[in-house]
Amino acid sequence: MTEASSLDDYAVDGNAIGGLLMALFGTEMTTAVATCGSCGAVRQVAELPVYMPGLGIVVRCRSCQSVLMVFTGVRQVTCVDLMGLASLG
Amino acid sequence: MAGTAVRGRLSWQTATVGPVTDETAKVRTLRLEVPDWPGHRAGQHVDIRLTADDGYQAERAYSIASAPGEPLAITVERLDDGEVSPYLTEEARTGDQLEVRGPIGGYFVWEPGSDSGGPLLLAAGGSGVVPLRAIVRERSRAGSSVPVRLLYSSRSWEDVIYSSELDLPPDGVTVIYTLTRTQPPAWHGYARRVDEQMLTEVAWPASERPLAYVCGPTNFVESVAAGLVALGYPPGRVKTERFGATGQ
Amino acid sequence: MSPVSRGFRRKREVAPADRVPPGQYVTKDFPVLSAGPTPHTPLSKWTFSIDGGREPVSWTWDEFRALPTETLTTDIHCVTRWSKLDTMWEGVSLDVLLGMVDYDARYVLAFSDGGYTTNLPVADLLGGKAWVAFGYGGGPLGAEHGGPARLLVPHLYFWKSAKWVRGLQLRDTEVPGFWENYGYHIYGDPWREQRYAGD
Repeated sequence: MTEASSLDDYAVDGNAIGGLLMALFGTEMTTAVATCGSCGAVRQVAELPVYMPGLGIVVRCRSCQSVLMVFTGVRQVTCVDLMGLASLG
Repeated sequence: MAGTAVRGRLSWQTATVGPVTDETAKVRTLRLEVPDWPGHRAGQHVDIRLTADDGYQAERAYSIASAPGEPLAITVERLDDGEVSPYLTEEARTGDQLEVRGPIGGYFVWEPGSDSGGPLLLAAGGSGVVPLRAIVRERSRAGSSVPVRLLYSSRSWEDVIYSSELDLPPDGVTVIYTLTRTQPPAWHGYARRVDEQMLTEVAWPASERPLAYVCGPTNFVESVAAGLVALGYPPGRVKTERFGATGQ
Repeated sequence: MSPVSRGFRRKREVAPADRVPPGQYVTKDFPVLSAGPTPHTPLSKWTFSIDGGREPVSWTWDEFRALPTETLTTDIHCVTRWSKLDTMWEGVSLDVLLGMVDYDARYVLAFSDGGYTTNLPVADLLGGKAWVAFGYGGGPLGAEHGGPARLLVPHLYFWKSAKWVRGLQLRDTEVPGFWENYGYHIYGDPWREQRYAGD
């Protein structure tokens, strides 16, 4: 896996959103491999920094901190943005 | 992929609170009865959702404290500014209903025989001990003899969860405590946050091909994981689960 | 239909309704809510800039701290439903900062270290309603709360008070910022409970 910087104290990791991802993708996703669309870093979802500031969930690249995924829940609808990923699988 | 035999349920299921056990002043274990519970793997967690009578809902993830085959149980630490944990640790009683989603997780899981490598190093920061205790229980249930060292960092002796169980560990399991804020009189154990020196003394040497599971507040996990890698553990053999900032 | 969890309730407001907008509860804590890692820009490299006027204008930390400052005590309201009353801040008013720029734009996009953005009408930054705040609670603003400086616009939901702010982009048209892009209200008035787009 690619080199990484230390996680911010307030971040959790992809384990914390395992349930959300399972509900969205229909399968276990914490072992899925994410490739950053900005820097190409490759990491299992479980090891990605995840920020949960209450307004939504922001998943970032461990190496370059680019936003990989954003999830928000507005009026019972989950908005999913995966545009920061080059691939997920 | 090998080992994903137990599929989590994608939707919320109603659970009934069973017996509850106070582990410490702030920590409680709750048995949960879920009809058709599919079973779980050691290290997995569940999402819990509460609904108020005005329809307001809140959900949080909690590690499963029981081993596969044992009744489903979660261990919850009350966070002072929390919304769900004060309810679960102080209000919820046997017979109450909540919702469960899971079991969840395919990364931070352990099964006997899943890894033909060496001994297990389990590193727990505070309530990070919960999934690691499930791993130790699963090891016993399965009759595994893989050697285990559990390094458990806690603020004080009073904050140690499962102390009576950990004081009588099974054969082949060694528990090493470090009490970071206060220690009982005549304490001879570690009395500081985990650092490289402590890991050098406690962790299996990298040459034994250990597999590590590190769980707890994010800064604890970052520090321990980096320390193990510095000792020569391949990053792929250090599994991590971070709980965020809890002001330990 | 989810079963009701007996005895569970949302946190409630315990202050008079004229102090607390609808749907909020009062907290004594100051939750740290971040969409990314705490940046650590050294003050020697920090600048605050306003772009999009006739000429870009920018201040170094020393230049910024030489500007007139104000202290204020105000309530803040987060869209995640907590309100914190009587918070004390020190900062430079946006009236001072925008007063040094020649512009006619009606909107800004505030931008921060780490890439966070949020949009505001210029009118909501003027008239003693907004600051770039470097002090909180009588001391320097802590990094986890947005230090060395954050935007402070207390009459709107607190996601508009961008942490780690580094400048404003003046614009003729409104463009949604980070959370606004994901369904949060483009304006965000807590007194009209404008949490989400369409509220």
